[in-house]
Amino acid sequence: MSRRPIRIAVVGSGPAGVYAAAALTDRDEVCVDVIDRLPTPFGLVRYGVAPDHEKMKSVAVALRRVLEHDRVRFLGNVELGRDVSVEDLHRYYHAVVVANGAAVDRRLGIPGEDLPGSFSATEFVAWYSGHPDSALDQFTLTAETVIVVGVGNVAIDVARVLCKTADELRPTDIPDHVLAVLSHSRVREVSIIGRRGPVQAKFTTKELRELGELANADVIVRPDDLQLDEASEEAVKNDAVVRRNLDVLRGWSERTPEGRSRRLHIRFLLRPVGIIGQGAVTGMDLARGHLDGHGRANDTGKSMTLPAQMVLRSVGYRGIPMPGLPFDEEKGIIPNLSGRILRDGAPAPGEYVAGWIKRGPSGIIGTNKHDANETVRCLFEDIARLPSPEAREPDGVIDLLRQRRVRVVPWEGWEAIEALEIASGRARGARQVKLAERELLLAAALSREIAT
Amino acid sequence: MTYVIALACVDVKDKTCVEECPVDCIYEGERMLYIQPDECVDCGACEPVCPVEAIAYEDDLSEEHKPFAQAALALFAEVGSPGGAARAGLVPDPLYVQALPYQGA
Repeated sequence: MSRRPIRIAVVGSGPAGVYAAAALTDRDEVCVDVIDRLPTPFGLVRYGVAPDHEKMKSVAVALRRVLEHDRVRFLGNVELGRDVSVEDLHRYYHAVVVANGAAVDRRLGIPGEDLPGSFSATEFVAWYSGHPDSALDQFTLTAETVIVVGVGNVAIDVARVLCKTADELRPTDIPDHVLAVLSHSRVREVSIIGRRGPVQAKFTTKELRELGELANADVIVRPDDLQLDEASEEAVKNDAVVRRNLDVLRGWSERTPEGRSRRLHIRFLLRPVGIIGQGAVTGMDLARGHLDGHGRANDTGKSMTLPAQMVLRSVGYRGIPMPGLPFDEEKGIIPNLSGRILRDGAPAPGEYVAGWIKRGPSGIIGTNKHDANETVRCLFEDIARLPSPEAREPDGVIDLLRQRRVRVVPWEGWEAIEALEIASGRARGARQVKLAERELLLAAALSREIAT
Repeated sequence: MTYVIALACVDVKDKTCVEECPVDCIYEGERMLYIQPDECVDCGACEPVCPVEAIAYEDDLSEEHKPFAQAALALFAEVGSPGGAARAGLVPDPLYVQALPYQGA
């Protein structure tokens, strides 16, 4: 069987898209273009992993090797929908793998959720990560008390960043403007709250333990909150992560605070009922819960109000519908079977999906490798039947983008941005300091033309 | 910090972990697999996929398995940081592992 050259477009250069590109290049006849709506690659590895998690960010070293592969091309600042349609992609490529993740947050659905001072953790993470879509002044940290709703690793990240000083974060890649706001932060009390018990919490032990190492915050856990029902006792027996989490929390519940400048409370069995305030957040009404034996929380009838001037909801990310692609409103994903996109229940030729937009916003960075590999296995099964693109020239899509005056950022453009960020870092004793302004990023990137 | 592969891997070498590792830091020895502690990014993808539960986060290693963390350190002190297991060959088992009695089924 002769192997015709196969061209694939991957939408999204985060871990899912890059792992898909890696798996795709296993076959010599495949070339991959990875497009990203941002001028920079790596998705949430750049804009989601917290600035003080430098080791985690170094997964980008493995990701960049893929994007530097001979048969892989990075095309940044190209947005599906705005610059190029799914139909356009089918004209130039044998198949499309959509891996653009989950961009927005899940809401609590309670009154007061839109009051000034109420935000999603997603927005806060984007801001402190220097995401170009974030307004530089979106967060001012004039709040003295912050409530973080949710007990996953994102909630822990935001609480930890809120409890760190500018000095602690100065040697990281945190943008300059964020450091400036942090150095004037008035935050003194941060409460992470979970609706159910400690055993039902989604955080992982390493992240939890890190909170105990905060130099400037005492971690406070109330012994009453560490209730276990029968379902929880079972889970403790069967799940090492849950067992270890509980040990850490128990340890903290038995310690006396050392009078540090900030206090970080981790509280369970509190269900948000409403955010209160006139014109701005002043607090949160919460219903006290109790576990029912099956790991679910029922209201006890008791309620309380916690004062707060900022609320960050951290109850999950959610995918958004993409123009020209089907969408499952309920699950927030593109309907698919093992990564083959389904239109009206049937696999659509040449259309695939990987990562969070395929399975939902779950798992860790490495989970996407397995996920992307599954999708590419399906694509390879279909490879002989992939629809042939109308356009034969490999760079037809570049011409199309040029005609539409899209300012495509090539890999060399990203390298130029990186060089500028490393230079910025020197002034601050950091290896690299992120630039947040889109126009600065583009100006740096576009000093290089695309080599064709 | 890093993840560590311990006793359950010896003379089994399932290797599912190698496929999952996003940074290719799991190297193959004669009798077991080893995680390069500097190359490991703590992503945790390997731990849950090991069919014999041989992998633990360094902080969570039981007392009896701590020698495996030391053994990996000794191994990579010799071998260095090859930068990717796919292109590296077999690595030599450190003495501690060489001395273990046969563990296979």
